[in-house]
This record gives sequence, structure tokens and C-alpha cells, in this order.
Amino acid sequence: MKRTIIRVTVAVGASVLLAACVAAAPKEKTALEKRLEDPRVKNYIVGEKMTGYVFATAATRTVQDDDFENPAFLWVDIGEENWSKVDGAAGKSCASCHGDAPDSMKGVGATYPKYSGETKKLMALQHRINWERENRMKAKPWKWESDEMLGMTAYVKLQSRGMPVNVKIDGPAKPFYEAGKKFYNQRRGMLDMACANCHVDYPATMIRSNLLSQGMPNGFPTYRLKWQKVGSLHRRFRGCNKQVRAAPYKQGTDEYTNLELFLMDRARDLPMETPSVRM
Amino acid sequence: MAKKPRIKVPKSAKKGEQIQIKTLISHKMETGRRKGKDGKLIPRMIINNFSCKFGGKEVFSADMYPAIAANPYFAFYVTVDKSGTFEFAWTDDKGKTVTASKDIAVT
Amino acid sequence: MLEDTGEKRRVLGRRDILKAAGVGVMAIAGGGLASGSAFATPESTAEALKKIIGTAAKAGKVTIKLPEIAENGRTVPITVSVDSPMTSGDYVKTIIVMAEGNPNPEVVNFNLTPALGKAEISTRMRLGKTQNVVAAAVMSDGSVYTGKKQVKVTIGGCGG
Repeated sequence: MKRTIIRVTVAVGASVLLAACVAAAPKEKTALEKRLEDPRVKNYIVGEKMTGYVFATAATRTVQDDDFENPAFLWVDIGEENWSKVDGAAGKSCASCHGDAPDSMKGVGATYPKYSGETKKLMALQHRINWERENRMKAKPWKWESDEMLGMTAYVKLQSRGMPVNVKIDGPAKPFYEAGKKFYNQRRGMLDMACANCHVDYPATMIRSNLLSQGMPNGFPTYRLKWQKVGSLHRRFRGCNKQVRAAPYKQGTDEYTNLELFLMDRARDLPMETPSVRM
Repeated sequence: MAKKPRIKVPKSAKKGEQIQIKTLISHKMETGRRKGKDGKLIPRMIINNFSCKFGGKEVFSADMYPAIAANPYFAFYVTVDKSGTFEFAWTDDKGKTVTASKDIAVT
Repeated sequence: MLEDTGEKRRVLGRRDILKAAGVGVMAIAGGGLASGSAFATPESTAEALKKIIGTAAKAGKVTIKLPEIAENGRTVPITVSVDSPMTSGDYVKTIIVMAEGNPNPEVVNFNLTPALGKAEISTRMRLGKTQNVVAAAVMSDGSVYTGKKQVKVTIGGCGG
């Protein structure tokens, strides 16, 4: 009983304190307002939509801005090298059919995930790459989070850099989009939180010491400072799911591919930014 | 993982010009303080030395410790007086060295 | 009872703060560089530095550029520059970079020559927590200059 009273007193006291802080806040710029002062962010805002670049600190933006300083390009190099490397029983490379990636892959990355009539499935770029490897090149598929796969997806998506995200969500893609939307809004895990509870309800607020973003997918695969390497969007999903204490799905599952489609639609019109750099 | 480091040296420069060199190599830079899934410490494995020679003579080097971030990056300046070759070398804890070179034409 | 920090933590639990602040937060603290072992201190760093440079150093000539707040301590861009003509008669021989709050103070030693023409070097470093980064420049005449810069390293949130 005594404990309860103390608890309530302290909680109320804390609320008052917080309320006082909030009341005094208007004079000071918000974290997002400060980050919006950087003229570089304007290319990463379309209407209300903002990519993770806007929420990143100036130092992180600087690392992304220079293709040489951006360490993700170590992986892009792997992709570029493998593009013209013959692999598999068919004796082919990507280039055997597709020629030069800067021409043939221009804009392609901005349209994935994409419904495929051949497989009757929604395919992320990784699925497409492995399908081509197995069926056309007669080569072994790459693991989702391997340097080869990260490198190739980064290299292909780089050819769409600056072009608006443009995924198809109607026609045969519709049920996949709807499933992704449902996943996004579904509360899960011990914390009982949906993706939307953070990225729709509270972007631009502080999540402890980090500025919470809108959770846009257009810069993936990304070089994440935390990972100290490049990683896929589905790897990020796993992290998010674990943080709400939910069991994560595996990379490449239908659940995450549907979610990727929903997110890419959410990012519609934002420029493709792969390979981005994030905290 | 590509073993090929990324190096940026201008192809040409004017005599006496100050050029900037940037290098990036992929490496985990394992600190030796991290535990693996088996609960045991993962042994330290870092690139501990980077050197840059011009015309066979060392112009810059760095002795590195585990506090250098993964995928080590360096940027520094060199004043060039004549055409020549930059040679770069990264050496890890096992003594393995990765080398690369870039030519520059100075007029 | 309120003096008891453990109790305080429970009283003003994460959920209360969340409710008050109106933000859903998942805190993943730590997971950084150290595994609970002893860290360097400003004193031990000064000691380590003294072992290398020997003489008493003067403050000045050394500028350290670091972000005020590092978004993630695992990759923090740093530029060290030293005010020096970098001629064969007067140049910076060595720059020693140390971090006062890392598991070990040593970060990197740069060995310079007059051929560089400019004593300014950039790299990326790891920082285990908020701390000072110290750089000492040993000049060709044997004199030593030092500079210092504080970096705040944020921990927590979904990014940290």
C-alpha cells in the first residue's frame, strides 16, 4: 500500500516535471526542425514523406553523400563484379542477357517487390535474382544476407537512384499489398506494438536518444553503422520485430515480402536512395 | 567479400599540387572483446597497419588499434612534384598484406 | 526508501515514462564495444600518452573534428589536423589519437612526412561511450602539442 502511494506520487511528480518541460519547449527547436535546417535534406522530402536521410545526423549524411566515403560501395563493387561473372551450368552471367546494368537495370529496382506471372508470387528483388540464377543460369541461389546477394541488390537498385519509388499494388499485386498493410497495422510481441505505432503515430519524436523516422524502405540495402556492414530491409524488419519482443520471420518470407510492398507504396514518389547510410 | 580495396587518387595533377587521397578496405576489425554465440571471446583480428608509398618511399602510415571502425577509411593529403606510383598496403594481425597501386601523371 | 535507486527505477519504470512522454520506446542499451571489463580513464590515457611522448606537452596547434553527438559509437568520423608548414625543416612526425573512455585508450598513430604538405587526416573510429578524444602531435623538433574534443555517444532507441 505504502509502496503504491509512493509509486503514484513519484509518477505524478514525474508527469508534472515532464509537462513543465513540454510547456517550456516551444522556444527551443525540435530535433527534426534542427535536422531540417540542413539544405541537403530537401531532395529527400516529398510532401509529408521523408526518407531516413532527413532523420539522420549531419555526420551520417556526409558519409552517404560521397560515393567514395560511403562504405556500402564496397558491396556495390561486389555486385558489379558478379554482374559479368559467368556462374552455373548454363555458362551465363547476368550480363549475358541483360548487357550493361546502368542501361538495362535503370528504374528496375524502384518497381520491386513485383508480382510475377511466371511464379504467381510477389517477388522481392532477391527472389528475382535467385530465380534467374536457378532457372536461367543454372547456378546456385545466393543466401539472402550474403555479401553476394547484398552486393547484387545494392548494385541493381543503385541504377534507380534518384528515381521515384514506383511499385504496382493493383491487379494481381493487390492481395499481397493488403496482406502487407495488415501486417503493418497488426499489434504483435510482448510490447503489443504494430509497425504503425511507432512509424505512423510518433515519427520525429525521440525514442530515447534516437530520432524516430517514418520507417521508409527506399534506401535499402543500407550500410548501417550499428551493423558495421550492409544489410537487407528484411534484416531490419527482424530487428524491429525483436524490439517489440515479437518472434521475427525469416528474410524472404511472404510476410516480409508483403510488408516490403506495403512500405514501398508508403514511400511512393520518394527517390530511390540505395545504398543509404543509417545509424 | 571483395578483397579489392577502394582507392581514390586523381589521375593527373599539376606540379606542386596538393591532392587528397582516400582509401577504404573491407574488414571486420574484430576487437577481441566480443563474445561469439558459444560464449567464448572471438579473437582479435584487425588490420594493424596501413601504409602509403610514393616512388618507393613511405609518405604516410598508420598504426591501428581495435578502436578503428570496421571497413577502415583514411583520407589524407599529398603534395606531388613528379609523376609516379602510389603503393598502398594493409597488414592484418596474421601478417597478411593486401596491396594496391595507383599512378598519377604530374605536369 | 526513495533513496533506493533500485526502487526508484521500478517506481518510475519504463512504462510510466513512456506513458508520460506518450512515446512507445524499446530500449536496447549497451551491446557496444566493451564486455563489462575495465575502461580507460582520463588518467590512464594521460599515462599511456606520457609513455609514448615522454615530454610535457603543450596545448594547442591540434584540432580534432568530431560530431558533437555520435549517432552510433561504432562508426564515428574523425579528422585531426595540426597547424604546421609541413616543410622538411618543420613538420609533424607523429599524431597519436587516444580515447579516454574506451576499453583501451589507443586508437591510431599516424606517421607523417613533409611530402604530405598538409597535416590533416580523416578516419573513422569506435567510441564506447560519451568521452574525450585526445590527440598529440609530435613535431620534427621534438616538441609536442595536444588537442582534445568531447563526443557524446547516444545509446538506446531502436538505432543504438
